[in-house]
Amino acid sequence: MLVTGYGAVTPLGHSAEETWTAMLAGRSGIDTVDAIDVTGLGVRIGGQVRGFTPGRYMPPTVSRRADPYAQYALAAALEACEHAGLVIDDRLAPRVAVVIGSGYGPVGSIYRAANTLRDKGPRAISPFTQVTTAMDSAVGEISMRLGAQGPSRAQSTACASGADAVGAGMRMISHGEADIVLAGGADACVTAVDLAGSGNARALSRRNDDPAAACRPFDAHRDGFVMSEGAAVVVLEAAEVAGRRGAAVLAELAGYGASSDAHHWTAPHPEGRGARLAVEAALRDAGISGADVDYVNAHGTGTLLNDAMETAVLRKVLGDRVTRIPVSSTKSMTGHMIGAAGAVELVASIQALRTGDVPPTINCDQPIDPDINFVPHRAQHHKRLRVALSNSFGFGGHNAALVVRAV
Amino acid sequence: MVDTTDIRNAIAEIVEEVTGIDSAEVTTEKSFTDDLDIDSLSMVEITVQIEDRFEVKIPDDLVTELRTVGDAVSCVAGRQRAGRP
Repeated sequence: MLVTGYGAVTPLGHSAEETWTAMLAGRSGIDTVDAIDVTGLGVRIGGQVRGFTPGRYMPPTVSRRADPYAQYALAAALEACEHAGLVIDDRLAPRVAVVIGSGYGPVGSIYRAANTLRDKGPRAISPFTQVTTAMDSAVGEISMRLGAQGPSRAQSTACASGADAVGAGMRMISHGEADIVLAGGADACVTAVDLAGSGNARALSRRNDDPAAACRPFDAHRDGFVMSEGAAVVVLEAAEVAGRRGAAVLAELAGYGASSDAHHWTAPHPEGRGARLAVEAALRDAGISGADVDYVNAHGTGTLLNDAMETAVLRKVLGDRVTRIPVSSTKSMTGHMIGAAGAVELVASIQALRTGDVPPTINCDQPIDPDINFVPHRAQHHKRLRVALSNSFGFGGHNAALVVRAV
Repeated sequence: MVDTTDIRNAIAEIVEEVTGIDSAEVTTEKSFTDDLDIDSLSMVEITVQIEDRFEVKIPDDLVTELRTVGDAVSCVAGRQRAGRP
């Protein structure tokens, strides 16, 4: 299973390349939220996609009906196709599938529609509301725009959605359902309702006065994750199809594993029972052991519970190996893009394998495990990075892990 | 005879806003579906915006009879007249 292209829209940039460059520079995409009114909110910081112009990617008819989450997904999908040199002609079309993960989907549009109904009555509800506010609106827009006629599905498993979508796409190809899958994740949940809800769940950092320092994965003084938005889409391709197309191969998607904590809605299982199952399943799927992993792009949200649990799981599954390899959280810079996170982090993992450059965990001043190289503050160059593990653990106890191998 | 130019211009603006079609193309003889290629969902949205803009009510059974831009202009002009005391 090969990865032949990707695209991303994140608080760090409007393309995978811009995002990657910002990551290597250790730049934070987190700031005071200004796209919405945050008056009275306990949490007023987030990772916003700034300066995004829908007109660059889609006609006004589409941008009017598409929630920002779907707009980001469509922009990332178009970039991914261009990156992969993929032209979906009549012959390919029936064999091209689309799977987009999202934790919250078009929430902003749902809230706006509810307000319109209350303020102006049912006649004012656009008939497009039914497509705009649906969880499958991103996949719908992508398949319509590209003419992809294989299966198109939404995937929702909270913060694991992006990784699970990639995993689902991988299985579609291995089960012969499709030859090419555009898979990824998208979310646009920097809304007042989401900041209030996750804030009240005490999951979010309240470092309102110092946004760039708010997300502190694996740091002793971390106080929660930072709500963020974005999208990433990768082109997955069966090897023989990529070969026939003469596509440039970026990496091999070698393994995927998923599990559930079956424990609690927002707190991870204290011993990381589910997280461990997912990581072990992904390694097994790739036919490797923890000793073969060269880089971990951690889930690393910056919450007290996740980072302690994830560190313990990595120690269990990778053993001593974890003290000899880089482990970093790019969420320190992007914030938590929820359903997009797993997909963006897969892109970062592949870029690390391709370049040997490992993006840092910024704000990791006082590492919670001094034996682990969390790549604090500055990017590091490592030789011979062959295998990367990318973790995604979500509310609801959803866990997913992906393993990529250099080609 | 009431001057309907303002009504036509306003409808053209609404059509442009909803569909992205240049308002200059939205002339009275054009058919919404055949000439401007506007789908039924967009038509509902356009009708609601016309109602808001001109403070008139266009019943659903009348909406299906609005074939051309000119039909919509006459409908609004007629409803406005009827609404006046």
